[in-house]
Amino acid sequence: MTVLVYTENREGKFKKATFELLSYAEELAKNINAEVVALSIGDVSPDELNKLGNYGAKKVVTVKNDKLALLDNKLYTAAIAEVVKKENAKIVILADNLSGRALAPRLSAKLKAGLVSGVVAVPNSYDPFVIKKKVFTGKAFANVKINSDIKVLTLSQNSFGIKEASGNAPQIEAYNVELAGESNAKLVSVDMITGKLLLTDAEIVVSGGRGMKGPENWTMIEELAELLGAATACSRPVSDEGWRPHGEHVGQTGKIIAPTLYIACGISGAIQHVGGISSSKVIVAINKDPDAPIFEVADYGVVGDFQKILPQFTQLIKDVKNS
Amino acid sequence: MKILVCISDVPDTTTKIKFAGNKELDKAGIQWIINPWDELSLTRAIELKEAHPDKIENITVINVGTTASEPTIRKALAMGADNAIRVDSEPKEAYFVAAQLAEVIKSKQFDIVFTGLDSADYNGSTVGGMLAELLDMTSVSAVSGINIEDGKVIVSREIDGGTQKLDVQTPFIAVVQKGIAIDPRIPAMRGIMMARTKPLEVVAPANIDNLTEIVEYEMPQPKGKCRKFTEENVNELVDVLHKEAKLI
Amino acid sequence: MNFEFTEEQKMIQQAAKDFAERELLHDVIERDAKSEFPADRIKKLAELGFLGMMTDPKYDGGGMDTVSYVLAMEELSKIDSSVAVVMSVCNSLVNWGLETYGTEEQKEKYLKPLARGEKIGAFLLSEPEAGSDATKQRTTAEDKGDYYLVNGTKNWITNANCASTYLVIAQTNPEKGHKGINALIVDKNTPGITLGPHEDKMGMRSSDTHSVMFNDVKVPKANRIGEDGFGFNFAMKTLDGGRIGIASQALGIASGAFERALHYAKERKAFGTEIFNHQAIAFKLADMAVKIENARNLCLKAAWLKDTKQPYGIVSAMAKQYCADIAMEVTTEAVQIHGGYGYVKEYHVERLMREAKLTQIYEGTSEIQKIVISRSLLK
Repeated sequence: MTVLVYTENREGKFKKATFELLSYAEELAKNINAEVVALSIGDVSPDELNKLGNYGAKKVVTVKNDKLALLDNKLYTAAIAEVVKKENAKIVILADNLSGRALAPRLSAKLKAGLVSGVVAVPNSYDPFVIKKKVFTGKAFANVKINSDIKVLTLSQNSFGIKEASGNAPQIEAYNVELAGESNAKLVSVDMITGKLLLTDAEIVVSGGRGMKGPENWTMIEELAELLGAATACSRPVSDEGWRPHGEHVGQTGKIIAPTLYIACGISGAIQHVGGISSSKVIVAINKDPDAPIFEVADYGVVGDFQKILPQFTQLIKDVKNS
Repeated sequence: MKILVCISDVPDTTTKIKFAGNKELDKAGIQWIINPWDELSLTRAIELKEAHPDKIENITVINVGTTASEPTIRKALAMGADNAIRVDSEPKEAYFVAAQLAEVIKSKQFDIVFTGLDSADYNGSTVGGMLAELLDMTSVSAVSGINIEDGKVIVSREIDGGTQKLDVQTPFIAVVQKGIAIDPRIPAMRGIMMARTKPLEVVAPANIDNLTEIVEYEMPQPKGKCRKFTEENVNELVDVLHKEAKLI
Repeated sequence: MNFEFTEEQKMIQQAAKDFAERELLHDVIERDAKSEFPADRIKKLAELGFLGMMTDPKYDGGGMDTVSYVLAMEELSKIDSSVAVVMSVCNSLVNWGLETYGTEEQKEKYLKPLARGEKIGAFLLSEPEAGSDATKQRTTAEDKGDYYLVNGTKNWITNANCASTYLVIAQTNPEKGHKGINALIVDKNTPGITLGPHEDKMGMRSSDTHSVMFNDVKVPKANRIGEDGFGFNFAMKTLDGGRIGIASQALGIASGAFERALHYAKERKAFGTEIFNHQAIAFKLADMAVKIENARNLCLKAAWLKDTKQPYGIVSAMAKQYCADIAMEVTTEAVQIHGGYGYVKEYHVERLMREAKLTQIYEGTSEIQKIVISRSLLK
């Protein structure tokens, strides 16, 4: 019996989210006397594959297939399902991110395995299998029972953390999957964001709202973000006004993020915005209105004019970093 | 081409959520709206039909819900969908909903099926993928744009670190996210007037077992009080972030 | 008795709310400051069918009832009365007047493009020396056989510049007094028509208000509405319905200010608690809520009477007077609740207060409404 983790790599390097998934899987596996098996699709070096052992993987199944060059949900699902069967996996864990959200539902339907997406903790109980997830965009939690023998979970980012395990090198097994049919999609073009930290990957996010007055004031946000190695984000009115690109919109209908530190400048904290950031570990809010709702979710707040606060804040952090 | 847009009705995103005894949602005072992603999908479908009247002959909306969801369905018709189907059942859970939809879609031909990436209620982002698997159809997830160019359907999707444009053969399921349309369409008077006369077919639900069930709801723990600083003591905040929280 | 709205009525209310919040809110303060007319937004409102929402579908209108119209007017006016007034003039004065009293030819030629929202209408009654007393029309429409020759000046004309179709009230037979007055459909681009400058108003600053001068303007006889001498009666009948529009506008101004004040009172803290928890503020809000509820009920009653083909002139006068007066009271209190913030432009309530003032003045002052109401009591 195993717990199978679907890993993701970008250009041959595993993402941090993958290590969190393994840490989480290891915790579950202990409780059901199972072993953690990682599935890696595509080209990853043996050194990189060995890293998975540091987070609890006893075995890594690698799959290479030309048909998997492009992320085709149907073909990927078929490949994962085959490995699930081969490894007798009872729990399958994916990240609650773009590909996890694309693949987990298909896998669930294919295996008739109950899916709980966006789980935020280890199961409350294993028999019956009950697990907690966020609902109503972070306004509440639901404890959900899975009735099927196989369970599929997607884990909300940063909800468990990365925990190093014993660290024996995992057994690596190359496995051939037979995939019927071809993809119905052909790649026309790709537009990759380069040289910029992705919002969903960032540990620290610096974000601005309408209180920033205008796009010209974003240099302050960018300077602070660069100093902290942070990504930049914004609230919905800002992207609607065209001050910032839509890709930076964080909130209920934009991106939902869970960084370690979220710095909100000139964001009043409308309920829809809070829905997108409530899982952040620490929230710092800068706002001139002492009664702005953002202070209800913030851990630290500065009340005052961002034009006076941000340059100071940035300078003080520079001093700390240099000391 | 025929387009199907799957719609669900969800509490308005500004609604304060309350539960009746932790077991079910307290529906009193909730204003129900079309799930925002579904509404944007429908808006895009209507835009495509307006731009390519020769290619797109029909837009159907489908909902799994009781009579209580009919105002939502009628709004979709007022926006510009041509007809609607309602599977007459409480939408119990994602797999149940997907399987109900699959039962209906099996017997009809649709070229593009839109579902929302997420739902503002159970945040499953699951129905579209499940539906695709049940129907053995192609699914494209995180779709942020769709166009018809030289007779081909060109889909933009967000991937880890960027966007891809794909030429996708119909039929397929598009799981849609933000960007597909700018603002949801506001129904015009004419649309509102015609909504009641457009066909709304009610079908009986199929017998489907639930794969999951919600045992209990919880409210999040209230946050500790926010520690406030002023323009004059930003240095103390930086100190705390550095020494206590060890974040910088 | 049933106070439930229909599904369509709720949908129209929501559509108007969405439109106002999405299209009007973001620059309403700026447009007010610059007295800028939002022609692009009016075009969108027209495309959605709001400008002809009450006209019979037979004449390309939306076929909606007056109740829906009240709900839509309230929602738009919560945010931007300068836009709402365009809708009011088009629906309840121009389109309604043409639909009710125009000939088939006039409806075909003038009503249909108005109902489709392709054209905008204006209603030209007020004069420099004939405001409330509409019998004293100085503008003349001299009978020249197959046409009228119009001369004179009209004041405070909403939509004067953006409109293509004018309904002009003018005196043909001064010796017959108000029974000599005619109502004429006039194309705005007819030679001899000139506009005064955009009025620099206290409120509703971005609505398109000008004076209009007529200098030997020829209007074909076929453009007269009704029989010779019907003009005054036409104007009075039309204004009965117009009052429902302005009453709902005043209602919207009041409820918009109330919502902002309530929100503010729940968030703003003073003496260690949200100011809502201070009875002085809570009771103000309670009084405001009661007034608004009364105002809305009066508007809806007038609309219902009109929709069920019952006499509505008196109730619409009551609605106009009451809604306008409470709009003034409620907006003033909303400013008070906001304290210093209420006195600056950023918080909207000072603008709503300026807008409220106009509703007590135009389309029949509150005093005129009281004349209408009190006369009915004598009968």
